[in-house]
Amino acid sequence: MNRREFIHLLLQGAAVAGTGAYAGSLAASTRAFYDLEAFGSARILHMTDSHAQLNPIYFREPNVNIGLGEALGRWPHVVGRNLLKELGNISARDAHAFTYLDFVQAAEKFGRVGGFAHLKTLVDQLRGEVSDGSSLLLDGGDTWQGSGTALWTRGRDMVEATNLLGVDIMTGHWEFTYHEDEILENIEAFNGEFLAHNTYATEDALFDGVPVYDEDTGHVFKPYTMRDLKGRRVAVVGQAFPYTPIANPKRFIPNWTFGIRDEELSRLVDTIRAEEKPDAVILLSHNGMDVDLKLASRVSGIDFILGGHTHDGMPRPIEVENSGGKTVVTNAGSNGKFLAVLDLEFGASGVSGYRYKLLPVFSDLIAPNPAMQAHIDAVRAPHREILEEELAVADSLLYRRGNFNGSFDQLIVDGMRQELDAQIALSPGFRWGTTVMPGEAITMDRLLDQTCMTYPETYVREMSGAELRTVLESVADNLFNADPYYQQGGDMVRTGGFNYRLDPLAAMGSRVSDMTLANGKRMQDNASYKVAGWATVGSQSTGEPVWEVVARYLRSQKTVRIDRLESPTLMNVDSNPGLADYRGGFA
Amino acid sequence: MQGTLTRRRFSQAILAFAALATVPLRVFARNDEAFKAVNTDEAMKALFGDKPMTVDDSFEFKVPDIAEDGSIVPVTVSTEMEGVKSISLLVDANPNPLSARFHFMPGAVPEFKTRIKMGESSDVRAVIETADALYVSTKNVKVTLGGCGG
Repeated sequence: MNRREFIHLLLQGAAVAGTGAYAGSLAASTRAFYDLEAFGSARILHMTDSHAQLNPIYFREPNVNIGLGEALGRWPHVVGRNLLKELGNISARDAHAFTYLDFVQAAEKFGRVGGFAHLKTLVDQLRGEVSDGSSLLLDGGDTWQGSGTALWTRGRDMVEATNLLGVDIMTGHWEFTYHEDEILENIEAFNGEFLAHNTYATEDALFDGVPVYDEDTGHVFKPYTMRDLKGRRVAVVGQAFPYTPIANPKRFIPNWTFGIRDEELSRLVDTIRAEEKPDAVILLSHNGMDVDLKLASRVSGIDFILGGHTHDGMPRPIEVENSGGKTVVTNAGSNGKFLAVLDLEFGASGVSGYRYKLLPVFSDLIAPNPAMQAHIDAVRAPHREILEEELAVADSLLYRRGNFNGSFDQLIVDGMRQELDAQIALSPGFRWGTTVMPGEAITMDRLLDQTCMTYPETYVREMSGAELRTVLESVADNLFNADPYYQQGGDMVRTGGFNYRLDPLAAMGSRVSDMTLANGKRMQDNASYKVAGWATVGSQSTGEPVWEVVARYLRSQKTVRIDRLESPTLMNVDSNPGLADYRGGFA
Repeated sequence: MQGTLTRRRFSQAILAFAALATVPLRVFARNDEAFKAVNTDEAMKALFGDKPMTVDDSFEFKVPDIAEDGSIVPVTVSTEMEGVKSISLLVDANPNPLSARFHFMPGAVPEFKTRIKMGESSDVRAVIETADALYVSTKNVKVTLGGCGG
């Protein structure tokens, strides 16, 4: 039995094992779902932002992902029915994968998504369909963070998982929230190549002799690599998240400096084109979708930008015209929910055609790979008692992703306010964090999905109304600045105990107004408020980790129902196609 | 140690020589006024009087879009223009916008890297002065509280 037959058997096994009402259709749909017609002569697989989700999970796509300026109405800033309209005739299964619509009902029908053991089976099938040596598996990063075991092993459990998965090349972002020496050790243990053209040692650090890939240029990591795919030379350039020392603590990586560096990239691509004579140039990017689209318009010579960071499950790529022709830009979602397949056809001078598919990874359709499952079980074994503790039961759907408070965020800020005896709570607008179905137990696993990282310490302090406004304005500008190069890719800070009015179209410093406490009282600039928060970027806070605080709250609650979201009253975006079923209201 | 020239003394000697050799006293006075100016218009006026200025984005003027640390923002300016006399850096939102001014001797390569301090997000201007013209390029640098990256 060869590898392909074995995988086919696994897939059939999955279909047969899926009993119940949908068993009949599963067997047929499995084939249809993952069998791709042959195309071209090289296959690039791309995954990104798995956030250490080793096991299958639920993940709800956002109903609020506002795009402004050039991004108005441009994918990914089109949600729900607006997106379905543009997608045309797609299956109910795909509609569920790409939108939040009827989430609970559809998730009950189609089941969980992702999981590394399932991903492994699918990756092996897709690589097995093309000849040996003509495929690559790229990982856009945010792989080493997002679970308890990733934190406790300092990302090593995920390094081993990506080794088993067969990742050839990766770049990073949350990888840089471990310490420099830990990152370098993990990369040493990684079987693939870790690339970043935009990570340099600072001049002071170079003078002090910190380890770098290239002493002359100061590159900390290898900027690009050349891979031979059956005689076709493919260049892959790494683009790490450009704002790591701003969005995350600089103290973990004091010797490294980042930036978008599109001018350097342009020169690098020109050099690669001239000296390496590649058949294709791919940028493995952690910029985020809107930044990648702008970059694609300014830098020529890149055939494909395979992007991540903003967690956008882009059903189809966007082609961007630039002075050198066109660049195809993609984004491959998050949490292990999607695997992208880029098939390439070559002509006399480089790429002559491509086919791109973003495959949702439906765990029920795929049998887990036994070796990967054994690894997952082994890394979890010492911690299972902690991870599987059922803290409370969800009485309503709990999710995070979206520009403003999701229901799991609301739970976190409610818990912090109660347990830390604070009038107000702030929680960061991260885009990671999984979804808990109504009736499901909220385990420590699920709580860690939302909170687990290397700077989880809480704080409680007095802040003036003016200071709170400054925080909101600053984060709002990171999200809604008209120029994507000034955005950092997170969502709006989550608020508990107060709400506000927001005009995303206004200028920096004048988007936020009408800050009002939960008791209806208008907040004053010079009044002082007791504020709880976590994930401070500047210096380390002294409080206990946020998951301890929220776990205590959950244990005291037994069941949790979130009916109210403290998300702002919005101005001037009521007809924005990146927004639907918005519960915060409009002004 | 009498009679030996220490490194510090050597540097002092060089600086004194450089100052005397290159900068007439009236420039000191003009610079002083420009560095004390509290807005960009005043600083420009003190530096260049009413000389007209041409917008020019063709020379290399590199700043980060978002500063990793507002207290040390790296700046690179480099140009192939002939006869550059000076290059000045101004940060509109700083209490004293003029951050630095570099004078170039005839034949010197007009390029430098430096770090400037920024209190808040602002436009940053690089002004190249030749014998008969002024060229300006403007970039926005964001100084942010940080946090909350996806």
